[in-house]
Amino acid sequence: MINPSIDGFLHPYVSTSIDQIFVNGKQWLLSWLTFAPGWVVQIASSLLSIIALLFVFLSLFALMSVLERKILGRIQNRYGPNRVGPFGLLQPVADGIKMLIKEDIVPARADKFVHFLAPILIAAAAIVVLGVIPYGRNMTPFTIDGGILFFFAAGSTTELAVFMAGWGSNNKFSMLGAMRAIAQMISYELPLIITVLPVVMVVGSLVPDRIVAAQAGYTFGLVPHWFVFKPWGATAFLLFFVSGLVESNRTPFDVPEGESEIVAGHMTEYSGFKYATFFLAEYIGMFAITGLATTLFLGGWHSPVQVLEFIPSYVWFFAKLSALLFVYIWLRGTLPRTRIDQIMNFAWKFMLPMSFACVISAAVWYYAGRGLRGWLWSFFVIAVVYSALSMLLDTQRKFAPRTYRFAE
Amino acid sequence: MNSIAFVLLSILTLAAALATATLQKLMHATLSFAVTLVGVAALFFLLGAEFVGLVLVFVYIGAVAVLIVFTILLTRRDVGKDRGANWGGAFLAVAVFGGLTWAILETQSVAIVAPHLRTLTVKRIGEALMTSYVWPLQCVGVLLTAALIGALVLVMEEKR
Amino acid sequence: MTPTLQIFLVVSAALFSTGLLAALSRRHAIFILIGIEMMLAAANLNFIAFWRFSPQPQPPTGVMIAIFSIAIAAAEAAVGLALVIAVYRHYRTTNVDHLDQLKG
Repeated sequence: MINPSIDGFLHPYVSTSIDQIFVNGKQWLLSWLTFAPGWVVQIASSLLSIIALLFVFLSLFALMSVLERKILGRIQNRYGPNRVGPFGLLQPVADGIKMLIKEDIVPARADKFVHFLAPILIAAAAIVVLGVIPYGRNMTPFTIDGGILFFFAAGSTTELAVFMAGWGSNNKFSMLGAMRAIAQMISYELPLIITVLPVVMVVGSLVPDRIVAAQAGYTFGLVPHWFVFKPWGATAFLLFFVSGLVESNRTPFDVPEGESEIVAGHMTEYSGFKYATFFLAEYIGMFAITGLATTLFLGGWHSPVQVLEFIPSYVWFFAKLSALLFVYIWLRGTLPRTRIDQIMNFAWKFMLPMSFACVISAAVWYYAGRGLRGWLWSFFVIAVVYSALSMLLDTQRKFAPRTYRFAE
Repeated sequence: MNSIAFVLLSILTLAAALATATLQKLMHATLSFAVTLVGVAALFFLLGAEFVGLVLVFVYIGAVAVLIVFTILLTRRDVGKDRGANWGGAFLAVAVFGGLTWAILETQSVAIVAPHLRTLTVKRIGEALMTSYVWPLQCVGVLLTAALIGALVLVMEEKR
Repeated sequence: MTPTLQIFLVVSAALFSTGLLAALSRRHAIFILIGIEMMLAAANLNFIAFWRFSPQPQPPTGVMIAIFSIAIAAAEAAVGLALVIAVYRHYRTTNVDHLDQLKG
């Protein structure tokens, strides 16, 4: 039986052996080291977690790069890559070989040290933040007391690395692309963090394990207590999701890497393996943000209904992660690119006030008793702010009947 | 407290700080400033104040360093090279360092080892902020708003 | 050999003097600001070191001062950099040796 002390609920359907198979496996491997001093065991334990994490996420990156192209192809009514393996699934191997054997071109007047260090720093920042997300029951690689703050602090060093990439290339397009990318990322960092604030307020802790544990339990065994089913949680989830899209520079917000506008933005002067590193960093950043969204709003590794709890917790986590990644790919295939001024307006004029409304709404929900009354009052707060914003911000658009001018 | 980690981190921090003060190319100096701040944050972690270390990385590297870099780019007429350290400044800095170190080494009451620490959780910091330090918190909020408005007013183009 | 408080204070004094060196010997206005930020970081290190080495249990006073100091330093950096941009727009230079007239 799972120890109920962390979330206070009984889980009669969980089968401990399958659910904790990785935890038990790691303990078994560490039991070979009982003769070693304490610090060796600690380092070995961290190394095992890191190796498992890298293995899982690099395979997921490879899989996703081919799945994205196939799904985009299907949205655009064509097959994606289907030559290399069965259904084209060995395409990442072919891509990897191609990237590795390409010539590495560095511009002659580029700053060699900064140019070399930028992709490494971006990839390092993206991978480091994966360490605090709970992937299953008792399966968080590193538990830090300020876990969510660590996530955002390490993620904010990405901006400096993007700037290093743009400036180190000694290219006006790169510089311009880097400045646009940083402006976009800074503007959307505010809604990203303020929408996390209601969750942290209600749970009372910055540790992702506690946030997942606070979403345990089911009403009548059917409706889970995830934060996305509360009004402030649904709004916060939508805002967090959109901010995550912007932070990962994905369409419709991919002005920094839009090929038709600015060549490849800050990645223009990178070829071969360094470009693959940028690509890797973008995808792993996406995994990290969707992983955090799952942890904060979608209940982490909990299952949606109580009877389905025999399915292991890590399967549920990755299922939710894959669902969110599918929505990312879907949006990329469907929406056109927005302009940079539209992106900034949206962030400062709409998303920031709405995220403050989420914070107030969460406080109202907490103090109006968390049942129906709290639900209705918090929904009312969000509805009022949303209507006020939509009335205030829409003053410029006047829809007139469309007139046609033909060449006469 | 781990002494190997302390030695490595202080060497990293001081080397990066020296690089910031003496490098001629401005961008390199700014990036070594960011490395200095990472070193200081790591020293905070070593001292048991993890929350302050994370806040330092977040605020200084994520925001102040990016601001500095943007400003260097926007004021670009004579960017590129700057004279590094000069003799007067170096002499004064060494004199200050010498004076401080003499004062520290003379004080016997600071030659102590770290006592055992009850882990400072974020919850205790939050409670302290909301009970004993609530007035400074509100004042810092007002100060940040004033700084935001002031910076905007200074940089806005004048309407002709 | 565990680090004593003296070693931490010496490291922080070295960081402070390096910040002083940067603030005194640079000609670009932004670098003087960077030097000042480094001095503030050194002072924060001092506060946290004294808090850590004082007899426990201790209310988190040093940590609080460091948090507020970081916030104030960020505000001061923002306003200082805005000033540098405003001065650049007017005088077209950021070399502090050339900013020597009170006439606008």
